[in-house]
Amino acid sequence: MGLLSDPNRRKALTTLLTRLNTPICVVCYLAGIAWFMGLAFEPFTLRTYMSENAMGSTMVEERFPAGERALATGREFAGHKRKAGGMPVDWLVKTMQDRGLEVFTQSFSRTLPFPDENKERYMVRGINVYGILRAPRAPRTEALVLSAPCSPDNSNNQAVGLLLGLAQYFRNQIYWAKDIIFLVNEHDLIGMQAWLEGYHHTNISGMDYTPLQGRAGSIQAALSLELSSDVITSLDLILEGLNGQLPNLDLANLFHAFCQKIGVMCTIQGKLQRSDWDTAEGYTHAVQTMMLMVLKQASGRPWGDHGLFLRYHIEAATVRGVNSFRQYKTDTTTVGRLLEGMFRKLNNLLERLHQSYFFYLMPSLSRFVSIGYYMPAFGLLATILLLRALDLWVQLGTPTEVTEDGVGEVEPVSINNQGSFDSPLTHIYIDLVLKSWMLQFKVICCSPLRFISGEGTEQGWRVLKLVALLYLAVLLGCTALINFSLGFILAITLVPVAACVTPHLPKAVSALAMVLLSPGCTILYCVFIFQELQEAPVSLSEGWMLFLSVISQGILDHSLFGSLVYPLLALLVYPCWLLLWNILFWK
Amino acid sequence: MANYFTFLSIFAFINVLVFLPVIHGNSFETKASQFFSSGHTNNWAVLVCTSRFWFNYRHVANVLSVYRSVKRLGIPDSHIVLMLADDMACNHRNPKPATVFSHKNMELNVYGDDVEVDYRGYEVTVENFLRVLTGRLPQSTPRSKRLLSDDRSNILIYLTGHGGNGFLKFQDSEEISNVELADAFEQMWQKRRYNELLFIIDTCQGASMYERFYSPNIMALASSQVGEDSLSHQPDLAIGVHLMDRYTFYLLEFLEDIHPASQANMNDLFKVCPKSQCVSTPGHRTDLFLRDPGSVLITDFFGSVRKVEITREAINLTTTAEQPVEVTSVRREVKSEALSYVDQLPVAEIIHQKPKQKDWHPPDGFILGLWTLILLVFFKTYGIKHLKHIF
Repeated sequence: MGLLSDPNRRKALTTLLTRLNTPICVVCYLAGIAWFMGLAFEPFTLRTYMSENAMGSTMVEERFPAGERALATGREFAGHKRKAGGMPVDWLVKTMQDRGLEVFTQSFSRTLPFPDENKERYMVRGINVYGILRAPRAPRTEALVLSAPCSPDNSNNQAVGLLLGLAQYFRNQIYWAKDIIFLVNEHDLIGMQAWLEGYHHTNISGMDYTPLQGRAGSIQAALSLELSSDVITSLDLILEGLNGQLPNLDLANLFHAFCQKIGVMCTIQGKLQRSDWDTAEGYTHAVQTMMLMVLKQASGRPWGDHGLFLRYHIEAATVRGVNSFRQYKTDTTTVGRLLEGMFRKLNNLLERLHQSYFFYLMPSLSRFVSIGYYMPAFGLLATILLLRALDLWVQLGTPTEVTEDGVGEVEPVSINNQGSFDSPLTHIYIDLVLKSWMLQFKVICCSPLRFISGEGTEQGWRVLKLVALLYLAVLLGCTALINFSLGFILAITLVPVAACVTPHLPKAVSALAMVLLSPGCTILYCVFIFQELQEAPVSLSEGWMLFLSVISQGILDHSLFGSLVYPLLALLVYPCWLLLWNILFWK
Repeated sequence: MANYFTFLSIFAFINVLVFLPVIHGNSFETKASQFFSSGHTNNWAVLVCTSRFWFNYRHVANVLSVYRSVKRLGIPDSHIVLMLADDMACNHRNPKPATVFSHKNMELNVYGDDVEVDYRGYEVTVENFLRVLTGRLPQSTPRSKRLLSDDRSNILIYLTGHGGNGFLKFQDSEEISNVELADAFEQMWQKRRYNELLFIIDTCQGASMYERFYSPNIMALASSQVGEDSLSHQPDLAIGVHLMDRYTFYLLEFLEDIHPASQANMNDLFKVCPKSQCVSTPGHRTDLFLRDPGSVLITDFFGSVRKVEITREAINLTTTAEQPVEVTSVRREVKSEALSYVDQLPVAEIIHQKPKQKDWHPPDGFILGLWTLILLVFFKTYGIKHLKHIF
């Protein structure tokens, strides 16, 4: 007889499962955390390498000469921007036309659902200006994008200046096989969203924009430039995009290769790579870099203007110039050379970047961990849920000594005996969908204890917990596949709650524990940890204000760009947490 | 006794007088007979580049440099089948349009202005290549795309691209295996489509491609052994790609020194690109070849040297040599200056002719040692104080 169909063996297996359940769960949890922390340990990571043959090993000699002229153009831009009080459209159009580009503008407007306090805007109206450099001999089928945001305050002027300088230099070369679009977008992400929607003829966010007059073919790669000072000490690469999507690792490899060739100091998450991986400081440094990336990816918001390109399968990254207190400064000409080199390499591409990884974590700029290495950490956490569910299934299956009739219920189909089992669930769900999760405490107060009346048998809560566990496992699994960081962070707090909650625990203490491990508090902790990692720790009240602004940004991101973190948490994760809350207060 | 000796000397002299002209006459006879019983009467070349895309620039440059050498040494375009899988000269990414360089700093443009490509772009497929070799082409194929060789043709086949153990990749979508190639050559032999074949391949693990040959009269060279990669030579920083592969680069340099009257033989070709220059180990295979490689001239395959001797005399080739009178005139003929054809390309156009450094030899070890010995002996004999005699 088979292992599972032999009743004796099955009994043995099930008793083993029941007996060892808790130890295995604890071990799995600790192993999952340990695996995750071990990802930053350098011998467990791989060195980055260029996967795309077309962007091969040979480098070109970069010859961009006009850094100073670019800075002068930037200063002119700043002056005109001040005079115009926004985007100096006419000056930009004229300048780009003087450089031989085909210039077009696009105006857009959007009313936010509520005023954005961080950026102080409510009704946004702006104009994007972009110029297309046509490839001299190639058909107009493919394009590359270089963009610089136009900020209302006095930043990013040098970026626009360098963009115009590069446009002039690129115009004189004959080796471009793709069109290059030089884009200056207003109101950073909102302008970029309008431009992308206009370019791809979609309208997913309800933005009002004029259609684009000029188009250049399908975009293969994009770079966004943020440069706010004349000299820089390092270049920072920003990869995280909307919904935690990352560009192809080859783009990061390309950036790293050019940084090494030109000799510019390059960082990721603002942190420079250390070479002492075997010491405690080196390891914590790598862990901090990786945790920053995980937190940024989990928030699901685009951390640079490039983040919105990724949705259209365009590999994009943001390069930000940082001027900190170091001796060795790099001038604009060198930054221009780096961008020239990157664009020449991207010019050699024949297909979209697809050879390298799309899912990875980077503990430093030259080391990465791919999905095959980091997913087991989440898998171990998900195993806990499945083990618990199996345990419950076994418990439900065995005939209990309680008041049930012993008539024909050897099979574990006693779910059907629960009669009105469905109604509590549907009541709960409708209740949650109607109330926003910001009224968390109100929901707890009018707890659905009233809805589950009298049906408080042992079987009841077990079945509910089984359903909740399976639901949570599927939800977290799907989330982790799309956005590993979000899934993992939610799993860290929700899995212990789901695994341990029973009605027999002491109510007050466990209620407090559940609230402390709820998704809302998880976000609060993440805010504090993030500030700590950025080396700008905040006090409790500041942290609370930051937390509220994070929530409002999440809602704004969802309505403006279609970020999925807020609806996920509100509509899918919170109901699950409330199911578990029900189980705790089961009568 | 003296009589005996005088008799002997006279006998010897008469013998010499009689036999010497016979030898002379026979030598011309043998030369003439050699003319008709020797190997080949015409030369063909099939030059194939199998890879496309801009980063495979070097493969196109490889083939074009062999094409250039072969054309310079006399094989006309009508006898060359040139297959290029991609157009590098007019690629949008080429910063120097209409050129393909083999040396960096744009020293040598192997594209020139009279390149005739017979199979271009997507026409370079395994099927077309095998059809060219075996001659199984549809009736409508133009002459320039056919290999119209006969049993007196020496054919040079040069392949380059990306390859592996036992296969060569065509255009990123198909492969030709070494077994297929060997069978194609056997078909050629059975249809008497070649007299002798020289097969050169410059890919990674190139030696695996000639392992399976079994037809006679094939000599094969490869740029690397099984398990080794053939490496590229030098990148050009303005164009941004590697320009040539190492083996073909040194092969081109070797061939630039060959002219139509050159007597260099295959043993010199085997020495091209030793491991110190090539990093990989070039290999060759001569067991199927009937002649000794030392007697095979480079121009037997790379050039189209016509076996023509220009003379002003009428020569009777039908009878065996009896008349010493004609013999002496032949001897006089041989001593006068040899007439020859003018060069296919004027020498000035061959940019990369290196000046011959035969005049001054830097003292190598032996000469230095010899001088040291002499000096030592001098000082030992005469003492150091005699240094002032030298300085």
